[in-house]
Amino acid sequence: MTVITSAIVREHGLSDAEYARIEALLGRAPNLVELGIFSVMWSEHCSYKSTRAHLKRLPTKAPWVLQGPGENAGVIDIGDGDAAIFKMESHNHPSFIEPYQGAATGVGGIMRDVFTMGARPVAMMNALRFGAPEHEKTRHLVAGVVAGIGGYGNCMGVPTVGGEVNFHPSYNGNILVNAMCVGLARADRIFKSAAEGAGNPVVYIGSKTGRDGIHGATMASAEFNEDSQEKRPTVQVGDPFTEKLLLEACLELMATDAIIAIQDMGAAGLTSSSAEMASKGGSGIELDLDHVPQRETGMTAYEMLLSESQERMLAVLKPGREPEAERIFQKWELDFAVIGRTTDTDHFVVKHEGKIVADIPVQALADEAPVYQRPYVARNPAAGEPAYDRGRSIVDSLKKLMGSPDICSRRWVWEQYDWSVMADTVQPPGGDAAVVRVHGTDKALAVTTDVTPRYCKADPFEGAKQAVAEAWRNLSAVGAKPLAVTDNLNFGNPEKPEIMGEIAACIDGIAEACRALDFPVISGNCSLYNETNGEAILPTPAIGGVGLISDVRHMATIALKREGDAIILIGETKGQLGQSLYLREIEGLEEGAVPPVDLIVERRNGEFVRRLIESGQVDTVHDISDGGLLVALAEMAIAGGMGAKIAFEIGHAIPCSFGEDQGRFLLGVPGPVANRLLAEAEVAGVPAVLLGETGGDRIAVAGNGEIAVAELRRAHESWFPAFMSTSEILPTN
Amino acid sequence: MKSAVVVFPASNCDRDAAMALEQVTGTKPAMVWHGDSELPDVDLAVLPGGFAYGDYLRCGAMAAQSPIMRDVKAKAGKGLTVLGVCNGFQVLTEAGMLPGALMRNAGLKFVCRPVALEVDETQSAFTRKYDKGQRIIFPVAHGDGNYFADENTLDRLEGEGRVVFRYAPEDNPNGSARNIAGILSEKRNVLGLMPHPERVCDPLLGGTDGRALFESLLEALS
Repeated sequence: MTVITSAIVREHGLSDAEYARIEALLGRAPNLVELGIFSVMWSEHCSYKSTRAHLKRLPTKAPWVLQGPGENAGVIDIGDGDAAIFKMESHNHPSFIEPYQGAATGVGGIMRDVFTMGARPVAMMNALRFGAPEHEKTRHLVAGVVAGIGGYGNCMGVPTVGGEVNFHPSYNGNILVNAMCVGLARADRIFKSAAEGAGNPVVYIGSKTGRDGIHGATMASAEFNEDSQEKRPTVQVGDPFTEKLLLEACLELMATDAIIAIQDMGAAGLTSSSAEMASKGGSGIELDLDHVPQRETGMTAYEMLLSESQERMLAVLKPGREPEAERIFQKWELDFAVIGRTTDTDHFVVKHEGKIVADIPVQALADEAPVYQRPYVARNPAAGEPAYDRGRSIVDSLKKLMGSPDICSRRWVWEQYDWSVMADTVQPPGGDAAVVRVHGTDKALAVTTDVTPRYCKADPFEGAKQAVAEAWRNLSAVGAKPLAVTDNLNFGNPEKPEIMGEIAACIDGIAEACRALDFPVISGNCSLYNETNGEAILPTPAIGGVGLISDVRHMATIALKREGDAIILIGETKGQLGQSLYLREIEGLEEGAVPPVDLIVERRNGEFVRRLIESGQVDTVHDISDGGLLVALAEMAIAGGMGAKIAFEIGHAIPCSFGEDQGRFLLGVPGPVANRLLAEAEVAGVPAVLLGETGGDRIAVAGNGEIAVAELRRAHESWFPAFMSTSEILPTN
Repeated sequence: MKSAVVVFPASNCDRDAAMALEQVTGTKPAMVWHGDSELPDVDLAVLPGGFAYGDYLRCGAMAAQSPIMRDVKAKAGKGLTVLGVCNGFQVLTEAGMLPGALMRNAGLKFVCRPVALEVDETQSAFTRKYDKGQRIIFPVAHGDGNYFADENTLDRLEGEGRVVFRYAPEDNPNGSARNIAGILSEKRNVLGLMPHPERVCDPLLGGTDGRALFESLLEALS
């Protein structure tokens, strides 16, 4: 038997102190299989050991929350016995090493998290961050990630309805691929993962187990260096065809009452799924690896337990129901095998070739996993209002911004995703939030993902608040009542106090905003160690928000719709240019204080706008975010194929046009409604200003020139295709 | 009108096709498993979009060998009306029920967007409720929709009025020969097209241009 040396312990990503803790918990030295099991279960990825103490501060409850964090995904009540199930998860490290497969299996993994709860996935979103456009790898990574997301989601027949794509040099060596899945189920038919009771059959379903992805969870818990490309074998290969069969077979099985518990095999595969199910159920579990369906011969226990082969699930059935379940999986031509039983020993016991190869108390793997209060330092937020050249032409700047990498149209990306399959997508990509009808009803879910990493870098607390507020605002802007969020916290190495400081402050910011907006966190994921050669990414706490539209005939889109509509600005404009895209793209500066979010004002303004949409008075709304007011107006004009004339009476044209003050919306309102709306706003204490009216084919700003909408559209649409076609490197799959 | 929708492993527009059929014709179609050997007694069989068998080997190649396809082919030979959409069109060409092949899109990428089509032929059970030359908008969503056939076949398809839908010349999303989006079989009872009529039968989904196709079938087959 292999003697465990400190070199082997380090190869498994465990510290000496952690190894000593393992010996204490076992009362002996672990064997190599057991060490492998501990290494994945105690990895940052699986155990949240650096963040768990901080995540407790997040609000997770509301009357409509049916399931908060702790299960495969969170669940909210959306009325009439319907439930929405959702979660966002990262696949950052694998996607950097092998973009097509990394992104594809990220999509597959998050879909399994949702359908293992009993839900049919109905919408996919993604939040993507790449390095500088001019970086040599960026084009290759964009092409591969987008093709991988499309390749998997399109085959599954689940529409990919929106997301974010941004560029920044801090992601040159660590791209972010965060995928979110939203599903629907009946509220009384939610499946969980607690393997309660002893003597129940543990069944393995889905694909066979191979040697792929071994130690993926450990890889995701370490920094990158030049040798990271050598980790390609730890990236799994996705098979969306099998996943589609697995989805249909699982939903068919779930229509029976044969299941006690079910859990997908994600990171750390068989080990994590079985140990977590036993831990949650307060039971023991005994597996016999001889029965595990295997793709390759001669696999060791170590390999089988740590494999991250995709498209697999583990379920605990009621005794005697195996034949019924097996028939369903045979129909779908999937593997089905009884590989163990639940026990009353509270031990995780694994047999292979007639011998016990691991025997560990279940709680040692779960509750006894280390939790760290890592030291952290708070950073002073960036401050001040930066200087800018007051003489620049605002129409020239507008055109430049509309064609800049972070604002230009993402059509090149989303046209590779099937966003219309399932025939319920009522707002496709390109608006403030995607809207997907609840099949067979007049209700709809609105979904958005948001975060502004440059704000989070400058001021982690305010930046994280803003991420939540923007998600809330985007949902309100389509007319949805925002209900809950999932978060995907992407940061650098938590062992560095300044990074840990970013994490702590961002979590505080999310907590404060979620509490103020009644917008609880119901699921999430942390991705740490996003560093290459010691350089961390911008702090990127991505927020996925879900809201409910009760009558889909009353929703708003960003497109200008009628000539002569009044353009009304909701919210106060101070003209804050700090950390704005204008400053970065036009002045070449990344400085100044971030525009702060007043959560009371945010809520007041957003609820006012939502009520206007719900009551059928307003159908044209856009939130004001990246690029400020004039960029928002240009996006509305391009979407509607119609111009507008506006005048500012609120200050200097540059900060008014491009400042990123929060809590604001632009509305296009039919003339007769406009005066009434302004009066209602005054009564409600909501700042509302008449800026001008729609019409013509140009955007004209009184005293500051004008520009054709067609010219703005060309700038807006051309950057991405031009960037990707210059020397396009196609993915190999 | 009685209809059936064939479900292959990883079909994924089967529900959408069934919804459109039910909305327009008022009758739910039968859902038929690919492993079955016989279609029920129907007037119309639909091969839906998706990624049957993962589109491994070639798009539609394995689905074309499914047990149910023997019966679909045999009944189509006796005049059964068959509609293949997207992956269903690929299955029809792989099964030899329609000429030509659907190659990788010229742009080498999956493309999902609404496209403008021209109705080229209204003398068919599928298009009698459209006007000749009418411009309509259907979404496409495919990676392999680049229609190809040799010049003689293309000439023959055009000469016999079997090119039913064409992409508007400025809006060909995949490089298809002569902008072909949908074609009829020789007996005119089998239609394959890449765009998705079933996704545009509801004004909330961006249009209702697809309804006339199902209304045509209802009128022709009832």
